[in-house]
Amino acid sequence: MSKNNSEYLINRKDNQYEVVIGLEVHAQVTSESKLFSSSATKFGAEPNTQVSLVDAAFPGMLPVINEFCVKQAIKTGIGLNAKINKRSVFDRKNYFYADLPQGYQISQFKDPIVGEGKVFLDMSEGQKEVGIERLHLEQDAGKSIHDLDPQSTFVDLNRSGVALMEIVSKPDLRSPDEVSTYIKKLRSIMRYLGTCDGNMQEGSLRADVNVSVRIKGSKEFGTRCEIKNVNSIKFMQMAIEYEANRQVDLIEEGKSIDQETRLFDTKKNETRSMRSKEDAHDYRYFPDPDLLPLEVSDEFVNKIRSDIPELPDDKKKRFIDKFKLTAYEANILVSDIDIAKYFEDVVAKMGKNKDIKLAVNWITGELFAVLNNKNLEISQSPVSSKNLAILVNLIKNGTISGKIAKTVFELMIDGDKDPQKIVEEKELKQQSDPKALEAIIDKIINENRDKAVEYKQGKEKLFGFFVGQAMKASGGKANPQLINEILKKKL
Amino acid sequence: MLDITKQSLSELVENVKSKKLSSSEITKAFVERSEKSKELNAYITEDYANALDKAKKFDEKPNFNLKLPGIPMAVKDLFCTKDLKTTAGSKILNNFVPTYESTVTQNIWNEGAILMGKLNCDEFAMGSSNETSFYGNVQNPIDKNLVPGGSSGGSSSAVAAQLTPITIGTDTGGSIRQPASFTGTVGLKPTYGSCSRYGIVAFASSLDQAGPMAQNVKDCALLQEVISTYDEKDSTSIDFKRNEYSRELTRDIKGKKIGIPKEYRVDGMPKEIEDLWKKGIEYAKDCGAEIIDISLPHTNYALPTYYIVAPAEASSNLARYDGVKYGFRAKGENLIDMYEKTRSEGFGAEVQRRIMIGTYVLSSGYYDAYYLKAQKVRKLIKNDFDEVFKKVDAILTPSTPSSAFKIGEKKDDPVSMYLNDIFTVPVNLAGLPGISIPAGHDAKGYPLGLQIIGKAFDEQNILNISYAMEEKIDFKNKINDWWIK
Repeated sequence: MSKNNSEYLINRKDNQYEVVIGLEVHAQVTSESKLFSSSATKFGAEPNTQVSLVDAAFPGMLPVINEFCVKQAIKTGIGLNAKINKRSVFDRKNYFYADLPQGYQISQFKDPIVGEGKVFLDMSEGQKEVGIERLHLEQDAGKSIHDLDPQSTFVDLNRSGVALMEIVSKPDLRSPDEVSTYIKKLRSIMRYLGTCDGNMQEGSLRADVNVSVRIKGSKEFGTRCEIKNVNSIKFMQMAIEYEANRQVDLIEEGKSIDQETRLFDTKKNETRSMRSKEDAHDYRYFPDPDLLPLEVSDEFVNKIRSDIPELPDDKKKRFIDKFKLTAYEANILVSDIDIAKYFEDVVAKMGKNKDIKLAVNWITGELFAVLNNKNLEISQSPVSSKNLAILVNLIKNGTISGKIAKTVFELMIDGDKDPQKIVEEKELKQQSDPKALEAIIDKIINENRDKAVEYKQGKEKLFGFFVGQAMKASGGKANPQLINEILKKKL
Repeated sequence: MLDITKQSLSELVENVKSKKLSSSEITKAFVERSEKSKELNAYITEDYANALDKAKKFDEKPNFNLKLPGIPMAVKDLFCTKDLKTTAGSKILNNFVPTYESTVTQNIWNEGAILMGKLNCDEFAMGSSNETSFYGNVQNPIDKNLVPGGSSGGSSSAVAAQLTPITIGTDTGGSIRQPASFTGTVGLKPTYGSCSRYGIVAFASSLDQAGPMAQNVKDCALLQEVISTYDEKDSTSIDFKRNEYSRELTRDIKGKKIGIPKEYRVDGMPKEIEDLWKKGIEYAKDCGAEIIDISLPHTNYALPTYYIVAPAEASSNLARYDGVKYGFRAKGENLIDMYEKTRSEGFGAEVQRRIMIGTYVLSSGYYDAYYLKAQKVRKLIKNDFDEVFKKVDAILTPSTPSSAFKIGEKKDDPVSMYLNDIFTVPVNLAGLPGISIPAGHDAKGYPLGLQIIGKAFDEQNILNISYAMEEKIDFKNKINDWWIK
């Protein structure tokens, strides 16, 4: 395997293979109630406590579209730079399963609510465009629980009828890395829009991964396999690695690849066949006669469009233009809406004489380290944006040194304390009085005459020794810049 | 005073309002007659004790402003009724007691009516003779061993035999109009979207429509006024301005243009049907209507189209009866085995036949040739009506190609059974209102009906035409209570 210029290729004796990946992402729509009923959608509720007669498919019960979910789908479509279809149709996808109460899933087959779009990925070698084929709305099924009883399967219908957006990409992805970046980008966009919380642990974001391989440079697509329902980025990457190599091995052995649906076994780290094309379900799609075609007006779409917040790509551009951040810094800050928000709050609270670079360093350095250690999201940060802004300002205006600031920061974590107060209480204010510092330095030079002479004779390393002594003598509070200046003068 | 059960709905309402009759007296009379009429097998579930109790309560605190004050009523067992078993005529729902009420029945109770019980019907409303019901055949009060039509056969039998003053049925391809025609009663299939489908066990969602079945046009208009409401719980319910059908009812139809479609003169149509139609045309003329010959060129394709669309939707609608959540469940080795046994034991032959047809026409490779083609033809059929309604106000046809037949006569010949719907299905496919009124008898003395088809949302007009013609026809049902010993 080579990663030349971050190109992901699979090498065999005589051939180099390229991997072609397309994703079908299932994103749970952020909504209080389900797609066709008023049941709640809260995660983690007791089994079967969020089930209406419609969700459980009682006789004579009828679906009624939840307008909010439609808005969410359109919003997401706009965020994906996609065409919004003014007329879309709900179809029934028919199959029997114990956790599918109606015996069909209401989905959109021929006429989805959102058509072609695109997203942009920031890869190390530059920007990459990934095409979106479509986005459609559909219902989730319930959950079958097989391991509670040796004789029976239990069914929890809380998820039954929950609104999902299926976002289908074009086969534009070429590596596990791109897949990871793509998923993160989708999640970021949807979190900015508030249309999906992107929580993969809770199953709010899952994907079916389509993988095929072909000789590098070939224009034809290979036969693809679909890996069903992978629920973490890491597993997606592992599944692709395994699956691509499996396919290459088959080709190298002169065998052909069967188009099939496969499952990823996270314990064995391998994919295995679930069903072949011949066994594929015949879903007997047809327009759901209980629902009229969904028609939205220009006015309806324009209203949603006018409410779209600034999205990651635009925000990044603004951060670079306005705050003079590097693309790398901007990328980190905009990747998550809460981080971006925290950063902008800090900037706003720093006032006029602000050092934005310094703030960025503190957020991506010290703050991220603490969040990582404590396994917290930025929304749960133990240090508020207000107090971080004060801290950065204290450094900027010379009240404390960067080193002292680290001590102050440690103390701030516990209970989001005001750094100004910590500095006062612990008397950590930087000594910036030149006369006082001169006195300290004079004393040190006098006590270390021999070293002063050596320094003058060219042993420049000793400068650091004097700085250290001076800092020590001041209890670490001396303004290091001033110390430097005075020392240079005196030595 | 006249025997209570012989009174029409309108008379009963009048007598309650003028305090000549109490709800208890009326309810008791219909309960007693129902109890004496078990041989008709019109009921699947009787709820007489509750009905008498509710009648008593009504009398204690009567509200005479209601449209159906204290009037007892039995309804087709396709309507979900809260706390009362609802079977849809099927074994698979043999033990199903809804916790909710259909919108249509709720509308009826809101106007003061009282539920007496649930009426027999073909299983999941699939049938034209009530012979597919798990709960046995229903007798037509006209004659012994005569089918009452279907699928609303219990409803037509009960109204004709005066076990209930009025009732409701559902009509997917003729299930109100054909049984009305077979029993000498009036049955209206409203415009699709006029009556909510919420809480009605679904057969074919794009065709199903509830409607009134009555002894006369005026009663029919009154019940239609009660049951037709816009309902947010049904996405296909239509919010249009509904008339007060009974108050606005008039026999003045002078100058109305009534179309006679030549394509309804089908091969092998019995002469008595032909004659009935001719008589109907004369009655309409007598009422002052203008008769216009019209053409509905795609009529021939209506039946095959219907027998693709309806089973397709049914095959999907009935997937929910899988033994998992409610209703009948057979024991099985595993999930699939349980499904197979539940559905083979729970559904009758006709339902299974239609599920198979529906599954077939929707399957990949056949979808375009059957379902998609049928949808296109359906559009053409609708266009035919749209064109014709630019020229006429209503269309007059026979309701059925024959009078009622004997129980068992067509049971083993599904195609001949399906042909019963030949005049009624185009109306469902086009989503239009249609009404069947009794218009005469055949040689055997069995009733025959005429159908009047209207423009969408124009129920008032076809009710008016029916009201006018009803007076001229002056139909008298020949029922001798043969089943009462």
